[in-house]
Amino acid sequence: MKQLSTKVTSNAHGQDSSYFLGWEEYEKNPYDEIKNPNGIIQMGLAENQLCFDLIETWLAKNPDAAGLKKDGQSIFKELALFQDYHGLPEFKKALAEFMEEIRGNRVTFDPSKIVLAAGSTSANETLMFCLAEPGDAFLLPTPYYPGFDRDLKWRTGAEIVPIHCSSSNGFQITESALQQAYQQAQKLDLKVKGVLVTNPSNPLGTMLTRRELNLLVEFITSKNIHLISDEIYSGTVFGFEQFVSVMDVLKDKKLENSEVSKRVHVVYSLSKDLGLPGFRVGAIYSNDEMVVSAATKMSSFGLVSSQTQYLLSALLSDKKFTSTYLDENQKRLKIRQRQLVSGLEAAGVTCLKSNAGLFCWVDMRHLLDTNTFEAELELWKKIVYEVKLNISPGSSCHCTEPGWFRVCFANMSEETLDLAMGRLKEYVESTDSRRSISKSSHERIKSLRKRTVSNWVFRVSWTDRVPDER
Amino acid sequence: MGLPLMMERSSNNNNNVVELSRVAVSDTHGEDSPYFAGWKAYDENPYDESHNPSGVIQMGLAENQVSFDLLESYLEKKNPEGSMWGSKGAPGFRENALFQDYHGLKTFRQAMASFMEQIRGGKARFDPDRIVLTAGATAANELLTFILADPNDALLVPTPYYPGFDRDLRWRTGVRIVPIHCDSSNHFQITPEALESAYQTARDANIRVRGVLITNPSNPLGATVQKKVLENLLDFCVRKNIHLVADEIYSGSVFHASEFTSVAEIVEIIDDVTVKERVHIVYSLSKDLGLPGFRVGTIYSYNDNVVRTARRMSSFTLVSSQTQHMLAAMLSDEEFTEKYIRINRERLRRRYETIVEGLKKAGIECLKGNAGLFCWMNLGFLLDKKTKEGELELWDVILKELKLNISPGTSCHCSEFGWFRVCFANMSEKTLEIALTRIHEFMDRRKRF
Repeated sequence: MKQLSTKVTSNAHGQDSSYFLGWEEYEKNPYDEIKNPNGIIQMGLAENQLCFDLIETWLAKNPDAAGLKKDGQSIFKELALFQDYHGLPEFKKALAEFMEEIRGNRVTFDPSKIVLAAGSTSANETLMFCLAEPGDAFLLPTPYYPGFDRDLKWRTGAEIVPIHCSSSNGFQITESALQQAYQQAQKLDLKVKGVLVTNPSNPLGTMLTRRELNLLVEFITSKNIHLISDEIYSGTVFGFEQFVSVMDVLKDKKLENSEVSKRVHVVYSLSKDLGLPGFRVGAIYSNDEMVVSAATKMSSFGLVSSQTQYLLSALLSDKKFTSTYLDENQKRLKIRQRQLVSGLEAAGVTCLKSNAGLFCWVDMRHLLDTNTFEAELELWKKIVYEVKLNISPGSSCHCTEPGWFRVCFANMSEETLDLAMGRLKEYVESTDSRRSISKSSHERIKSLRKRTVSNWVFRVSWTDRVPDER
Repeated sequence: MGLPLMMERSSNNNNNVVELSRVAVSDTHGEDSPYFAGWKAYDENPYDESHNPSGVIQMGLAENQVSFDLLESYLEKKNPEGSMWGSKGAPGFRENALFQDYHGLKTFRQAMASFMEQIRGGKARFDPDRIVLTAGATAANELLTFILADPNDALLVPTPYYPGFDRDLRWRTGVRIVPIHCDSSNHFQITPEALESAYQTARDANIRVRGVLITNPSNPLGATVQKKVLENLLDFCVRKNIHLVADEIYSGSVFHASEFTSVAEIVEIIDDVTVKERVHIVYSLSKDLGLPGFRVGTIYSYNDNVVRTARRMSSFTLVSSQTQHMLAAMLSDEEFTEKYIRINRERLRRRYETIVEGLKKAGIECLKGNAGLFCWMNLGFLLDKKTKEGELELWDVILKELKLNISPGTSCHCSEFGWFRVCFANMSEKTLEIALTRIHEFMDRRKRF
């Protein structure tokens, strides 16, 4: 048989990882309130299903937008023919303004610096093609989104070198971790082209602190490399602390028109904030003309459907809608996250203190038989097959510490979340009783909780002074 | 766009500007060719019937604008829900908005399979599970290239070919194109000698050939590939143990359905899996349906491994679920699609006859065509020098004096000079008449000298 390319035979698509295997199990036996109440509850999918009603209401009031009409007149033909890789101007303008609104209008986005892509999956890959040669490396803080292994490396031939972060400081990026990663790359004879961070973080659900952002900007300045900030979750921040974008930091450091600003690129998408992953709307924002130019041409391989651009330009141009939506989205995410956190606590499980994203970073180290990834995988299997919850094991996110799991909360109803927490509680209690709880065990749990509280306190001391949130 | 910058690979520790990738700074995207310069002239001075009647008429854009009315009336009357997710606009929206499965909407895949079967008059069957959706044929061709070839490998492509292939097949993939030279002596058909010669050229340069990629019907020729030629091609690919990719994006634009043989028909009667598995078809709704903005392309492969990998890779280029939803109902309405295909073919045929006759009256011959949205016009007799420069000079005259943007054969890598691709389906009949008038007048003027 004639051969296929090495891309086919390699498994850099990453689909053999546990991250995807859990999904497969879920597909075989998916929970349904009525038809399959004992099925697996999907908690591994970072979807935002909390605010569809707001969009649906808007659609009902604005039928032209989805009906391919403008002021009652059909614009079907114009849209059907529109394949300009510069994108629909009205849409880029609305998107730029939406991104500004998310950042409290503290920074501006120039629509001409936006390049549209078919989702941030496409945006991230395109940026890699523009910034890295095959064999070049990008540094990524761990734990990171498992999809990056495919998106950044598969067809581009680029490499990822991890910046190791640990629970000792709430998984924040430190200078020494950055330097270590850089040196590791050099040891591996890999040329480092940049750092890529997700802010707010997936899977942590936390925002990068100003200290970390400053550190990153200084680091890329001294190493003369790029910084990609994937801010796909920027609209999901629900704490009292506001979201600090890398663009805020550039502005505050008065670096907006500097040479280093040309090496800072932001990735965005409407898949998480607006819950529209099916519509494939992603964007690259760059101050570097050559990057914008090259990426624009590359977007030919992943243009956004003009039908979708038109609908969303109408949606996002409605400022009344966007401000209500962002507000309501944050409120509902906060309530849902709280529900998850309390449910976990009732099961004796804590998680990293977070105020963004569609998931929590859950600490199940105390449930491991041994402090190993084998034990983590064993625990994960039990949770999938016995507890019937599909959650994502930290190892799939390249976490260096076993026992952490990402658990999503925004892709199901309150009732389903309650049920999931109930199942977990049952499991933990039965496991505890199987282990015949000893005093030292209790104390271990208590002291772990204390340690987590200390971590939280430790984290707060790193951030700028902000009001405590509950 | 400017010259590609040749930056040296500097170490990270000095003060040189950090370079972008070679891909980013290369000009393999091909956008500096005259093919695109003509578009610029059009953008700066576009013809408009009322506002700018002496502007540049765009005849370089292979768009199908002749059948929109059929689509619009369908969407308006029979399927207003298609774009509204249910009669009140709300139900179905969230499921659709969440749907990002790279398998694609099943109803849509089934609709595409059925539509492709109808185009081929039922002479081939398409299994919806072998359909992989991509954002346009541009993405499909690039994706297939990533899968079938490694950097520095080659695909053999018959000339003249669609200029976009230089970017789509080569730019990010690092794969090369080695031309299979075709000429007018036999109406630009692919001969076994030309195939062997191209293959040998690659081998001599130590380049590994991974497949042959054809467009059938051909762009820019506007003609179908004969059945015998297809069979020869498949034989050739079997002998060399390489792939065969058939881009059949214009299959629904063949004026007489009987004149089109799809590679699917040939594969249909083959049992040998090792033969079938090397065949892959690309399709799109951009030409037959005139919907390039909606980004709907597809790869159809008889190779399970290719289907599986293409599906995973399609994550980088999924079709908007909103668009899949809207088109699914329309394309599975067989009564509608049968009518559409038939009327579309008829209208294109009439347009083609109009332009060919108009050109003939002006003393200009075209290659005998039977498909597509353009004709392949021969102006070789007008060239001072039968060279690339001669051709581009003439092209420039046509652009500046006649204000017609047409595509020079050299941008399609044609080895004979003086051929031009002229589109006829992206304008009104009236505009086409005006374009023909300009050509008449130009030819009259030349006769007088």
